[in-house]
Amino acid sequence: MTRAAIQYLRLFTLFLLAMLSGVRCRASSDTPETIKFWAMGNEGEMVRQLIPEFERLNPKIHVNVQQIPWTAAHEKLLTAFAGESTPDVCQLGNTWLPEFSVLHSIEPLDRFAAHSSGIRLNDFFEGVLKTNIIDSALVGIPWYVDTRVVFYRRDLLAEAGYTTFPATWNEVLRLCDLMQRNARAKHIPRYPLFLPTGEWVPAIILGMQSGGNFLRDGNTRGNFSGPQFHRAFDLLAQFYQKEYSPAGMQLITNVYNSFSDGLITMYITGPWNIGEFTRRISPNLQSQWMTAPLPSMDSTSPGISLPLGTSLSIFRRSSHKEAGWKLIEFLTSRDQSVAFYKITGNLPPRKSAWNDSSLSQNKYIQAFYKQLQRVDPLPQVAEWEQIVIKLQLYVEYVATQTMTVDEALHKFDGDVDQMLEKRRWLVEKNKH
Amino acid sequence: MSSRVRKVRHDNHTAAAWLFLAPAMTAIAVFFIVPVLSALIMSLTDFDVYALGDLSVVRFMGFHNYVRIFETPLFWTALKNTFYFVLVGGPLSVAASLGTALMVNSKLARFKSFFRTVYFLPVVTSLVAVAVVWRYLYHPAHGLLNLFLSWFGVAPIDWLGNPAIAMPAIIVLAVWKNFGYNMLIFIAGLQNIPDDLYEAARIDGAGAWRQFIDITIPTLAPTTVFVVMITIIGYFQLFAEPYVMTEGGPMNATTSIVLMMYEQGFRWWNMGFAAAIAFVLFVLILFFSIVQMLIQRRLQR
Amino acid sequence: MNNRASTLALNAGLFLLAVITLTPVAWMVSASFMLPGEASTTPIHFFPMHPTLEHYEALTERLHVGRYFMNSFIIASVVTLISTFINSMAGFAFAKYRFPGRNKLFRFLLSGMIVPAQVTMLPLFLMLKSMGLVNTYVGVILPGLASIFGIFLIRQFAGSVPDSLIEAARLDGASEFRVYRSVVLPLCRPILYTLALFTFMGTWNDFMWPLIVMTDNANYTLPVAIANLKGEHLLDLELMMAGSVITVLPVLILFLAFQRHYIRGIMVGGVKE
Repeated sequence: MTRAAIQYLRLFTLFLLAMLSGVRCRASSDTPETIKFWAMGNEGEMVRQLIPEFERLNPKIHVNVQQIPWTAAHEKLLTAFAGESTPDVCQLGNTWLPEFSVLHSIEPLDRFAAHSSGIRLNDFFEGVLKTNIIDSALVGIPWYVDTRVVFYRRDLLAEAGYTTFPATWNEVLRLCDLMQRNARAKHIPRYPLFLPTGEWVPAIILGMQSGGNFLRDGNTRGNFSGPQFHRAFDLLAQFYQKEYSPAGMQLITNVYNSFSDGLITMYITGPWNIGEFTRRISPNLQSQWMTAPLPSMDSTSPGISLPLGTSLSIFRRSSHKEAGWKLIEFLTSRDQSVAFYKITGNLPPRKSAWNDSSLSQNKYIQAFYKQLQRVDPLPQVAEWEQIVIKLQLYVEYVATQTMTVDEALHKFDGDVDQMLEKRRWLVEKNKH
Repeated sequence: MSSRVRKVRHDNHTAAAWLFLAPAMTAIAVFFIVPVLSALIMSLTDFDVYALGDLSVVRFMGFHNYVRIFETPLFWTALKNTFYFVLVGGPLSVAASLGTALMVNSKLARFKSFFRTVYFLPVVTSLVAVAVVWRYLYHPAHGLLNLFLSWFGVAPIDWLGNPAIAMPAIIVLAVWKNFGYNMLIFIAGLQNIPDDLYEAARIDGAGAWRQFIDITIPTLAPTTVFVVMITIIGYFQLFAEPYVMTEGGPMNATTSIVLMMYEQGFRWWNMGFAAAIAFVLFVLILFFSIVQMLIQRRLQR
Repeated sequence: MNNRASTLALNAGLFLLAVITLTPVAWMVSASFMLPGEASTTPIHFFPMHPTLEHYEALTERLHVGRYFMNSFIIASVVTLISTFINSMAGFAFAKYRFPGRNKLFRFLLSGMIVPAQVTMLPLFLMLKSMGLVNTYVGVILPGLASIFGIFLIRQFAGSVPDSLIEAARLDGASEFRVYRSVVLPLCRPILYTLALFTFMGTWNDFMWPLIVMTDNANYTLPVAIANLKGEHLLDLELMMAGSVITVLPVLILFLAFQRHYIRGIMVGGVKE
């Protein structure tokens, strides 16, 4: 009767559950100890080359590297945190550290660093190390630094009469004007300076150079419509309005081709492009590109840049913290930093590493070294990522002249205020 | 059979029926109804990224999230974009389906099942996979579409980079992907129309166009309403195309309501707010469905 | 003759439409065999000049596409098996049993089809997290079992099973479950195949939920993996096309093999009573 039906169902369900629990994914093996390491973008692929050496030195530890594209990384990390499926060690953009720290998701590393022989904190660039200290706790160890400099076409700048890169933005504007007129006279399409509208970094850099002050009232409200950022945004807008920089996203689909073709002649970007330029720019142009530190608003040199980069952190939920720390020690050691640089072009955060000949004799690197002496930290708020992604939208609006600078900054501040509302409330409640 | 036996039989049947229903109903209750109710509750709070770290900072907000939605300019943009997609893409899609159904079903058509299969092919493909393909088709310099247009002397169009053209570009993709599905439903509807109706009309001297207006359209009306309804419900949930092809851009020109919900909920973890957005969408769809059903009821008279 | 011209015009139109419909798919396949960068060269050409399998090799060897394929397959299969089974029971119950509340319950379920799935995703995610099921197959499978459309489809079809057969079986002493298993199921075989097909293909192509639930690379289903691939390899057009081909091909083959069932399902589901 119905009893048979129930039996049938029960058996079937049991069988299925048995099958399903078998396919459930867990961290495998008891010995050796396996740690899950999430790395992003290019580093994610390249770091695999360094792992065998680590495992050789630590035979009881096996590292499972997972690569995540940058575009999805922030999302994936928060989802993993919410779903309680975070990795053990993770590469984190250092602008994300405040956010993950406020979530109490990453482990303070002070106690590890205190006992460590391999890691000497004073060997790291100060500006960069500062970004890893949130609420007086060290929550990450810098893995590589990524500051922005200018990559430019020597030959085309020389044509316009500039044998060294301009030191101020006003000079850059003048240079762009010259190049544009020359190009138009020859009927060549040219955008002298490439400022992608999908990036927040140039706008923020200009903002820093104008004095910073992005947020006010204890970092609980936006100050982007204040005089400093306004000045910076005005300057940025000029490049688009005068068509020194392209405003549509799709116009420059392959930066390297465009650079080789002379469609763009200057590009503010980071160290990973040293390797990419070497690989993807046409061979006959290899002697014609060069790097230079950023110009400044006044004539102090070089202009301030950002101490971007990534750090390695350990998630609090990890049950392999000691092993994770060993991995961090290894990857951030001087020798491994140099080795990593050789594979990826990512710059070592440790000053001692820069003495290595592969770095000290690389002509493109010099600009970065100079630049790293002048970096200032960003506000440490959990909402920073959300704020700068929104900023990109307003850069687009201003670049396409859909909005004026005043309107854009006013609206942006409104958005920022909304994003910071919870933080405001928490600060008022003294929970922070 | 005595009525008492019949009653016992009836009770046994009721028990059996519920046993048959139990697994499916349990699944639906646990994985559908409970979440919907939870989402409703969540939409009344400000559950967000801070709450993930410390549950005690969750605040009860009442309807504040809903008010905030209507005060957020991005929502109105998303609403406008979604409506654009539904009100332009919907009829286009239905018209394309109806048109192809009429053509395939016509007595003059050859290789019917071949054509039917071909037109249906896009429906079964993974949306993500084809969105990636179409993204390249729309490339201003290397895309096939601009190549094709250049044969007619049209200058290259920046399909996905121009805010005015991005949504139409997505509509084209959506129509291509879906028209085969509704085409089949229309074909079924068309085949249900008895031939003698057409015969009678032909004998009366009605031409093809007259037959279409007087016979086909009225008899197809219920089917059409059904098709329009499921299309609209589906199109309100626009997500994968903008997510894969444009990330909501350029300048939010293709941000749909669901995309906004996804960004708020799973990118920034403003979950209370995102849940409220989801409910607003539900109410919207419900409203349209009710309108739909009223029209249908009126047609049936 | 007028008819000849009409016939020609109509069929030409059908043919043209077929070409337009197939072009994106054809190009996807073609580009997947091109050398890196070939698809972006001008003048644009449609067919590869030196067809290569390197992208497929890269996908299977370096980029673990086999693993994603397996994930998709396991999840789709399990959901199909279980959901077809439980939905057939429920559909049968709605079709052939009279019990108090039957019509109300069914109408209630139908109205549920209006609710967009996205409403459930956030709380469902948190629910799964508390059950420890984030990033597991089970986590992706479980919500997929709740399908109102499946019940609807089965009910439409099961309604046409002759009552006399059911009565006869009962008179012979069969239990209700026996009736279901031996009388109704076999007669419903066509719609069961259809539902299984629908469910398999729908689950295979599902994107948003696996995207949210699976945090580990190794657990991605194919559509999620493709979207992920796009993040890193946007410029590698040919590679992306190969990935799309792999995602689309199995479902395409299934469809071509079982067209009749699939199409019937839509027509049964579509024609209102």
